[in-house]
Formats: sequence, C-alpha cells, structure tokens
Amino acid sequence: MNALSIHNLRKTYSNGFEALKGIDLEVKQGDFFALLGANGAGKSTAIGIISSLVNATSGTVKIFGYDVKTQRNLAKSCLGLVPQEINFNQFDTAKNIVLNQAGYYGIPRKLALQRTETCLKQVDLWDKRDTMSRRLSGGMKRRVMIARAMVHAPKLLILDEPTAGVDIEIRRSMWEMMKDVNAQGTTIILTTHYLEEAESLCRNIAIIDSGQIIEHSDMASLLTRLHVDYFILDLAQPVTILPTLNGYEIKQISEKILEVGVPKERGLNDLFAQLSTANIHVISMKNKSNRLEQLFINLIDNKNARES
Amino acid sequence: MSVFIAFNTIVRKEIYRFIRIWPQTLLPPAITTALYFLIFGKLIGDRIGTIHGTSYMDYIVPGIILMSVITHSYANVVSSFYSTKFQHNIEELLVAPVPNWVILAGYISGGILRGVLVGVVVAVISLFFTPLNVQNPAMAMAVVLLTSTLFSLAGFINAILAESFDDISIIPNFVLTPLSYLGGVFYSVDMLPLIWQHISLGNPILYMVSAFRFSVIGVSDVDISLAFLMTGGFILLLTFFALWLLQRGTGIKT
Ligand SMILES: Nc1ncnc2c1ncn2[C@@H]1O[C@H](COP(=O)(O)OP(=O)(O)O)[C@@H](O)[C@H]1O
Ligand SMILES: [Mg+2]
Repeated sequence: MNALSIHNLRKTYSNGFEALKGIDLEVKQGDFFALLGANGAGKSTAIGIISSLVNATSGTVKIFGYDVKTQRNLAKSCLGLVPQEINFNQFDTAKNIVLNQAGYYGIPRKLALQRTETCLKQVDLWDKRDTMSRRLSGGMKRRVMIARAMVHAPKLLILDEPTAGVDIEIRRSMWEMMKDVNAQGTTIILTTHYLEEAESLCRNIAIIDSGQIIEHSDMASLLTRLHVDYFILDLAQPVTILPTLNGYEIKQISEKILEVGVPKERGLNDLFAQLSTANIHVISMKNKSNRLEQLFINLIDNKNARES
Repeated sequence: MSVFIAFNTIVRKEIYRFIRIWPQTLLPPAITTALYFLIFGKLIGDRIGTIHGTSYMDYIVPGIILMSVITHSYANVVSSFYSTKFQHNIEELLVAPVPNWVILAGYISGGILRGVLVGVVVAVISLFFTPLNVQNPAMAMAVVLLTSTLFSLAGFINAILAESFDDISIIPNFVLTPLSYLGGVFYSVDMLPLIWQHISLGNPILYMVSAFRFSVIGVSDVDISLAFLMTGGFILLLTFFALWLLQRGTGIKT
C-alpha cells in the first residue's frame, strides 16, 4: 500500500510561476521518507497540494488510496501536517490549539482531551500547556505544531522543515521523537535542506529541484553512487610546496590544512604512503562535507550541464 | 456526528474569543448606547416630544438595540475570520475534514451569539432609562436572529475578500454606519422630504429596524412582511455567495 502517490502534479501560481512541473512520487506505508531540495525548489508547494491548502493546476494526489480531490475528507483524515511556518493562533494556549484541532477532526471532547494530553507529553510540552503560545520559544512552537498534527493519530505525518532554525539539541530530540513515531507505524515524510538530517533519518528519498524530481530512490543505493570521498587533513608542520599525489585530488586550504579527494576504489593506504614519502605528517583527518551534500551538488550540476 | 463536533469546536472557540476580549467586544457598546440614551433619548428627546404617539426615548430604543446587533455581529465575524486568515490558522480548518458549510455555520453562529449578547446588554442598559414592554417577543427574537445572521454573513464575505486590515474597516465605516443612521434609528422616515422617503426605501436596514420597532412598540414605517421577505432573501443570497467563495478558495488558498 502506498501512503502517498502523486502523479504528474503541476502547479502554476496565479502570477504565472510554474512551481511544480509534473512530479511523480510514491511513498510506501511505514516509510521514513525525505523530500530534499534547496529553497524555492517546490517542496512546500507540493505539501500544500497534498494537504488541500493549495489548489493543484493538474495531476492527482492519493493518500492511502484516497484521492485528495474526489475523496477529500477520507484523504484528510489520514494526514497530519506540520507546516513550515507557525500558523496557530499565538494568543491561544498550546492545550487549546491541540484540543481544537482534535475537534476539527471530529474527535469527541473526552477523547480529545486524552489525546491532547498524550500528544503534548510526547513533545514534552505538557508543563507548558496553559502558557500563551506567543510566549513559547521557537522550538516549542514547532513542537506545538507537531502535537497538533498528531492529535488525530494520522497514518501519514508530513513535516515541512520541522528543524529549520532550531538548535542542535532540540533538533536531535525531534529526530528521536520522529523515529519513535515512525517505529510505531506512522509513515513520515520530511522535507529539509539539512542533508545530514535526511541521511541519518530516512530510508527513501526524493530530490526536487526547480519543480522537478531529479532523484527518487532509497538512501543506501544513492550513497553508494558516490565515487569520491573528500577529507580534511590537519598537518603537523606547514607545507610550502604542495606535492602531486598519484591518483588523488589535493588542495591546500591553509598552511597546515589540506583537502584530498579519495576515489572509492583506491582507498586510503596509498594516500598515506604517498604523504609520508612527501614528508607530510598527518595529525588528524575528518570527512569534509556530508556525502549527501556532495551528491546533491553533483546531481544539480549534472542537470544544469544537460540543460545548457 | 463528527461534523457536529467540528461545528461545536468552532463555535466554542468564537465564544471564547469574544468573551476573552470583552473590553473590546462587550464594553464599548454598553458605553456608547448609554450615551445615546442619555443624550438623544433623555436630553434632546425631552424637547422633541412624541413620534407616532410614543415618547422619543421609546421610539429610539429598538433602533439602537438593532443597530448594535448589526454592528457587532458584522464586526465579530469580519475581525475573527480575517485574523484567522491573516495568521494562517484558517489552515487548521482547511487540512481537517471540515466541510465548507460547517466552517461558515460555525463563524456565523459566533457572530449571531455576539450580536444577541450585545443586544441583551444594550436592552438591559435601556431599562435604566425607560421600561421596555416588548409587544411581540417571538417576532422581536426572529428579527434579531435574522438580522444578525445576515450581517454575520456580510462580515464573513468581507473577511474573505479583504486583503489588509484597512479592507475590513471600509464596509463598516462607509456602508454600515451610514445605512444604519439613515435606516430610521433616530427618526421616522415620514419626517423626511418625499424624495428622501423614496430613497430610504432602498435601504435594507430601514426594513429591519422598522420590523424590530414594530415587534417592540407596535409602530412601523414599512410593511413588516416585506421586511422579513427581504432579510430572508438576502440571507440566502449571501449564504450561496459565501459558500461559492469558500469552494473556490478565494483569499484562503493559492
Ligand atoms: N503564492 C505564490 N505565488 C507565486 N509564487 C509562489 C507562491 N508560493 C511559492 N511561490 C514560488 O514557488 C517556488 C516554490 O516555493 P516553495 O514550494 O515554497 O519552495 P520550497 O518549500 O521548496 O522552499 C518558489 O520560487 C516560490 O517563490
Ligand atoms: Mg518550503
């Protein structure tokens, strides 16, 4: 069963801007899926259409088999949305916000109160339930929206850049929470432009660029497609003349820092042998960028090269 | 069933809103109308004498009550729905399986309740100035309900079409207030020159004020059944228009 299937989805905004140029997307039930793309790629537009906030120009969207146009209410009941921007009434309390949302989904009052408590506890906000939401921190506001999205126990939870602008610690606790929710059977779709996030959380991934899906596969096979790993080397002494290395790219970042590109098939041993011969002593080494980031850049470069 | 829960939730939220900000929603009409009664009814009214055989105070009380109902049912829906739209929390309703007619019914009910509540507040204040012997309570209630429904609908449509906070004050300032003042709240239309009497008959508020006054003191400027017919007709018209706007997503979807 697909939690989400999108076919040939297009969106042209009223100003004539074509934000989605016919995208296809499938997300399996139980998946933890990342929709990756730079700012302005069309992620929020796609999510807007999935959640009935934006009218599609053409194409179909089905949530657990229910068409969002023709079986709107059934489709909506399966979906929980955490939007990119804060969109609750900031003069209301966290508890009321979540409780009202339960009401909109038709959950009877008594059950709604229980669900509100469960969800606010899950995002660690039960203590703050009666605080006017305007006074909550940015990370807390985001968690209010997560609790609100889960109050009707949706089968599919979509989070639009949930960790944008929240600090590392909170980001990590959100990751744990999302993992838990996914482990309990909820399908999760996450958009992000933190590639690290997608890499550590998601099993499947799609990359969207300028309104087109340029990659749609599982994370593991995507990562193996990377041929070259980049490393940063810290040196014991400054190097003045950069040695040429046979079979490796090398670049000087500063006096005592080098960057090397290591093709997968060559491995690291020969690199260190050559460095030792050149009398360069390496103190420590770290991965340059996140590999996914590299891949992302490659994909977009390739696409631009094809187009020009 | 679930639709009923959603409706209840909206209404509850609306009531909570206007109760919470009562110094902005319930107190001002109390003060304004107390001043009307004092200045127009008492100080000036005593020199005017009677209209259609009733004292000036008794003549203006029903009009002032209904004018408050109109202003406040309109204001409630236009400001509540516009800020819901402005803060994007309308999205909470749009993502949920709530049919458009439930959204409309919920907000309109909020407007009606605020209108009725303000009407009661104003009526209570009027008791300090003159006894209120309502001749036909059922009819009075019907007029209040229909009038507040109509102006709640108008406020809702205004909120949907508004693109800025200025847009939500244009109609109240430039249409609603003049039409209310010219709707025979403070005078009987037969005090006007003939030409203005005819023009006044094109003002829907005149019909509602007259119907309400008739139900309270038994005096009217116009045909009462025409008043009901007209109000009912406008309600139908605006309901369909509002539902059509919601269906299209005007102002709330891109
Ligand atoms: N209401 C709108 N009218 C016109 N253009 C829009 C509108 N909303 C978004 N866009 C444009 O559509 C593109 C995709 O936006 P969005 O879906 O928000 O991207 P993302 O979420 O991936 O950052 C952007 O170029 C954005 O400027
Ligand atoms: Mg976005």
